[in-house]
Amino acid sequence: MASAYDKPLPVPSNPTLTKPFWEATRKEELLLPRCNTCSALFFYPREVCPKCPSMDLGWQKASGLGKVYSYTKVKQAAHPSFQSADGHIYAIIQLNEGMKIPSNIVGIDADDVKIDMDVVAVFEKVTDEVTLVKFKPI
Amino acid sequence: MSLRGRAAIVGIGEVPTKRVHEGRTMVGLCAEAAELAIKDSGLRKEDINGLVTDGVTPPPGLAEYIGIQPNFATGVTMQGASGATATMVATAAINGGICHTALVVMGNARTDRPDPGRGLSGASIRSEWEEPYGMAPGANTGYGLIYQRHMHEYGTTEEQLAKMAADQRFNAQKNENAVFHGQPASKEDILNSRYINEPIKLLESVMPCDGAAALIITTPERAKTLKNKPAYILGTGLKQGEANIWQRDRITETPAVESVRRALEMSGYSPGDIEFAEFYDCYTILAAVCIEDAGLVEKGEIGPFYESTDTTYKGTFPINTDGGQLSGGQPGLAGGFRHVIEGARQVMGKAGPRQVPNSDLCLVNG
Ligand SMILES: [Zn+2]
Repeated sequence: MASAYDKPLPVPSNPTLTKPFWEATRKEELLLPRCNTCSALFFYPREVCPKCPSMDLGWQKASGLGKVYSYTKVKQAAHPSFQSADGHIYAIIQLNEGMKIPSNIVGIDADDVKIDMDVVAVFEKVTDEVTLVKFKPI
Repeated sequence: MSLRGRAAIVGIGEVPTKRVHEGRTMVGLCAEAAELAIKDSGLRKEDINGLVTDGVTPPPGLAEYIGIQPNFATGVTMQGASGATATMVATAAINGGICHTALVVMGNARTDRPDPGRGLSGASIRSEWEEPYGMAPGANTGYGLIYQRHMHEYGTTEEQLAKMAADQRFNAQKNENAVFHGQPASKEDILNSRYINEPIKLLESVMPCDGAAALIITTPERAKTLKNKPAYILGTGLKQGEANIWQRDRITETPAVESVRRALEMSGYSPGDIEFAEFYDCYTILAAVCIEDAGLVEKGEIGPFYESTDTTYKGTFPINTDGGQLSGGQPGLAGGFRHVIEGARQVMGKAGPRQVPNSDLCLVNG
């Protein structure tokens, strides 16, 4: 049996708001918050649309496709569970829908990650409750 | 109405920046900086009727501690930009007739306030969307992302930005208040310091410190009656961008594009008129992109600029003449505020061994 997952899990400031997002990742779906009034897609989820004053908000399934917008190899981590001599890649992905999302790049050697590389969402079940969204090169 | 020339800095005070000021508190260090600034201005404590802090030290408690009862008091909570914003707020309050002479002061004592830079945050945007992916401490992650993207878009090199840090370290050798005074470092030393998160190296990021800084700002009429050469505020501008770097459309461009444009418009000057500059430098890359966005160099040309320009206090275009935060240390929000203090110090002709040759017109980016 694998050892218990020791890295930080997502701690929502508004668990009610983002519950659908984390339920969807367990089904290997990436959802984006959507405004039903002005049709804006955005990320991260908010209680009020950032484009118009609407609170009539829903969710839309994302393509899961995007590009590496930028990355940094973290050698001194904030949390000890992420500390390693070689470091790990922390990246910002620009989704095809336009918005950016922080994540990790998997399935590739850290030194081979490049800006503008095409990537697709993959889902990593880290506990029974939590599945994280990561990205791998296409 | 414009605030051009409608307020002047007439006194400055700075408690030396150290890794730790043993046995000191935040309010105590702020009080010390305040007394130094008041003394420097030649005013009496009773002449001060405005107080602006960074909010970390609440104005009511500080006013009581130093024994003043101002008619205007507020805390400006604008993170790194608190010092420059507080100076803007004081200028506006003076010209709104709410007070005539204000003390602006901020400081940090890490033993008094646990350092929030390491470990995890409380429930927040960060804790839900960023920390599960293994961030670096403090703000390191975002600036690593900007650095990498700037290298990609413009071909900027680590060696070019190391030159910035080296020039500032040179300046700090003439600043006894700097935490790295007496500790020279070459461009090679900067380049050889370890990566904290690539491409950021240890000596390209600030060291959290203790210290405090203060200034006295008043009307031009009152400034003319005082002993110091006044440093007039000729223009001021602010632009609030996204708080989370990854929320920006383009992370290599900063709100300084607009804040500096507004400040220069008010002043009547253009970037080419500026004689020296004090720019917020929590990391080399932040000062780099802001210097570009201010129009002091073309966008993307910061690397070649540093390669070919001596930016030390003796140089052709001095930047961060006191060593900046990279070599001066970062005493909380007083770190950013010190850019305002050093700009005023140079204009007032009080910079001693690091006085720049042409010191009439300074651009400060807080
Ligand atoms: Zn909307």
